[in-house]
Amino acid sequence: MKKQITRISKEKEYEEYVNKKVPKPAYLKNSLWAFLVGGIICTIAQFILNILRNSGLNKTDANTVTVIIMVFLGAFLTGLGIYDKITQKAGAGAIVPISGFANSIVSPAMEFKREGYVLGIGAKLFSVAGPVLVYGFGSSVILGLLYYFFTR
Amino acid sequence: MDYIKAFVIGGLICVIGQLLMDGTKLTPAHILVAFVTSGAILGALGIYEPIVEFGGTGATIPLTGFGYSLAKGAIDSVKKAGILGAFTGGIESTAGGVAAAVVFGYIMAVIFNPKSKK
Repeated sequence: MKKQITRISKEKEYEEYVNKKVPKPAYLKNSLWAFLVGGIICTIAQFILNILRNSGLNKTDANTVTVIIMVFLGAFLTGLGIYDKITQKAGAGAIVPISGFANSIVSPAMEFKREGYVLGIGAKLFSVAGPVLVYGFGSSVILGLLYYFFTR
Repeated sequence: MDYIKAFVIGGLICVIGQLLMDGTKLTPAHILVAFVTSGAILGALGIYEPIVEFGGTGATIPLTGFGYSLAKGAIDSVKKAGILGAFTGGIESTAGGVAAAVVFGYIMAVIFNPKSKK
């Protein structure tokens, strides 16, 4: 019993020590970078959307094509090794847009290519996208069902 | 004008993600899951719609927009097709983006090799 108590207090001490040593993130600087890069990515998307709209696509189709183009750009720049450099600087500014979702698909798949085309690329494509789709699709079905049962 | 709106709204949504990453121990994967789920919930509650109206791609391109179109698709389909729509609507409305992500992701992963980190 006594042993356990000392262990817990040791762990607490260690945690305090670690918290003291871990550098405080530069909140303001990181946020400014995220704002700037996230904003620029969305502005590029708006530019693409406006071109598509002017060429006569309806609103829904134009949005879908914009997403597809942004996904392509994110995947392509990840292949070239450029997107990861942007992410290092911009953090969430590059992770949160849909191009970052594409980045999270290509990066691990590329990394695990040597494990084969099925269990390497095929499986690792979904190491981050999998959870996103599980929770995304899952919540859409639940919300649809809630809508069906409570508003009709 | 819509460029400035997209820039500001998109930037602000990314700042929320950055503050979550710096302030908590959440990994990027956790952030993406949280953003999709909260986008879906905000979309279903009708809170995200006005943000999309105002911010354009600033609201649709961040992953919260992905969640928003999932929820919107599911609810719109329920209105048309009843309970089956809850299962088909969300995936239908995001099919283009998801298929593109899988196909382009696969192609890029096959073509390119990881760059050695310096």
